[in-house]
Amino acid sequence: MPILATRFLADLTRVAQVLGAGAHVLNACADRYHFTVGLAASLVSGKVSLLPSTHTPEVIRQLTAFAPDVICLTDQADCDIDLPRVPFPGGATLTANPAPVPAIDTAQLAACVFTSGSTGTPLPYRKTWGRLIACVREEGKRLGLSAGTSCAIVATVPPQHMYGFESSVLLALGCGHALCAERPFYPADIAAVLAAVPRPRILISTPIHLRALLESGIALPPADLIVSSTAALAQQLAAEVEQRFNTRLLEIYGSTETGQISVRRPTHTPEWRLWPGVTLSVQDGETWAQGGHIEQPTRMCDVLEVTGPGNFLLHGRVADLVNIGGKRSSLAYLNHQLNSIPGVLDGAFFHFDDPRASQASVARVAACVVAPELDAAGVVQELRRRIDPVFLPRPLLFVARLPRNSTGKLPQEALRSLAATHLKSA
Amino acid sequence: MSEKVSPLRQPTAPASPAALVREVAGLIIAALNLDVAPADIDPDAPLYGEGLGLDSIDILEIALVVSKQYGVQLRADSEENERIFGSLRQLADHITAHRTK
Repeated sequence: MPILATRFLADLTRVAQVLGAGAHVLNACADRYHFTVGLAASLVSGKVSLLPSTHTPEVIRQLTAFAPDVICLTDQADCDIDLPRVPFPGGATLTANPAPVPAIDTAQLAACVFTSGSTGTPLPYRKTWGRLIACVREEGKRLGLSAGTSCAIVATVPPQHMYGFESSVLLALGCGHALCAERPFYPADIAAVLAAVPRPRILISTPIHLRALLESGIALPPADLIVSSTAALAQQLAAEVEQRFNTRLLEIYGSTETGQISVRRPTHTPEWRLWPGVTLSVQDGETWAQGGHIEQPTRMCDVLEVTGPGNFLLHGRVADLVNIGGKRSSLAYLNHQLNSIPGVLDGAFFHFDDPRASQASVARVAACVVAPELDAAGVVQELRRRIDPVFLPRPLLFVARLPRNSTGKLPQEALRSLAATHLKSA
Repeated sequence: MSEKVSPLRQPTAPASPAALVREVAGLIIAALNLDVAPADIDPDAPLYGEGLGLDSIDILEIALVVSKQYGVQLRADSEENERIFGSLRQLADHITAHRTK
């Protein structure tokens, strides 16, 4: 049942009335339409939407310190986020005179997204409405969506994640497309939801979901564009996606801090094209992005090689960065959380290609810990309160001491060889 | 291919629900590379979150293995979905009810 703009306007008016007096909203709605209504209601009420990367108790506690007036808008009956909760109100009533389409000042602070800082405190990045919309209008052009044609957007990523926020919610609002409320998860769900919406239709997804779609062996409905982000897509997988869906696959690259800044078609070129106005510069071996919609010069957490004006190659993450299924953290942040657990004497996360894992599986992080008084279940339970479950260590190894060198540093290689030895003897 | 995926190739015709539970446990352990033995997974503990501690990336991986091995396509929009991953035993029951191979 399609929802028209008149219903959206009535819904956002209704939701704006229940958001209360505070200036900050944690929009935890799982339904993409509810999320979008919540975002719009927050915008017209002058409230800032807070988008942390995860909702663990520790992050919620830090969010309260950042914005003591924050409330949680939720459409889940079993929501256990420890904030004053505002249930998404049901019961739409359409009035005879639909509310006017609100005009939002481009300078208005619309959202605050967070990255995990290395000291254990999430770092806020403020996003104004004008820059958010400028970014997705450029995205619309780069994806080849013509201004006059409305597409249906199906997304497998949550609206709270920067990629899903931009490429489903904002792309629809800013460029006049329709979005699908569902967030299909299993391959059969993705195929069914896609088949149920009219063409032209776009699938906004990730390498993890696209691989699952192809491997499931189910019949795939035609799509008019497939978009992937969160991690680089293997060239072969990209070619297979294009062949099976009989359409183009475009990849987007960006970050929580900068939003999306570039696009490429991996079957045609390994080079990324930057959004106009965005420039990259290298200083002391670090790549910084600035200009265009980017709010302030930002250090990128990947190794980028500038190949020409507006072009670059992506050479993987910087050593400290962790990116699992689009969720980002840093080894420093994870280490801080691990070492804050009572009973942990020393501990460190590290990148580890488990020799036992299959090639296609998603790479995880491992950890070594010195905690003679604790067991694995106890450490994992404490970590679960502090970090997103995708970062839970696999494996978690208990050792007598960490392989620190004479200066107290912990070379990643030393951790990896300790782990390899440990696994062999297990 | 590594020997990790070998359980997928073995002929399947488990004689009893308990045997299927063990077989599915073995598939999950192989697919996710978990540090446990099939017998160590409590058939009645939740697979997701607490319990076995799996996350959504794992669940997608399990869904793939289940579709390849038993021809069962899992759907999130079915009312049963939460129940299916409620425990290993419930996942095995769902497979028994819907398997096509």
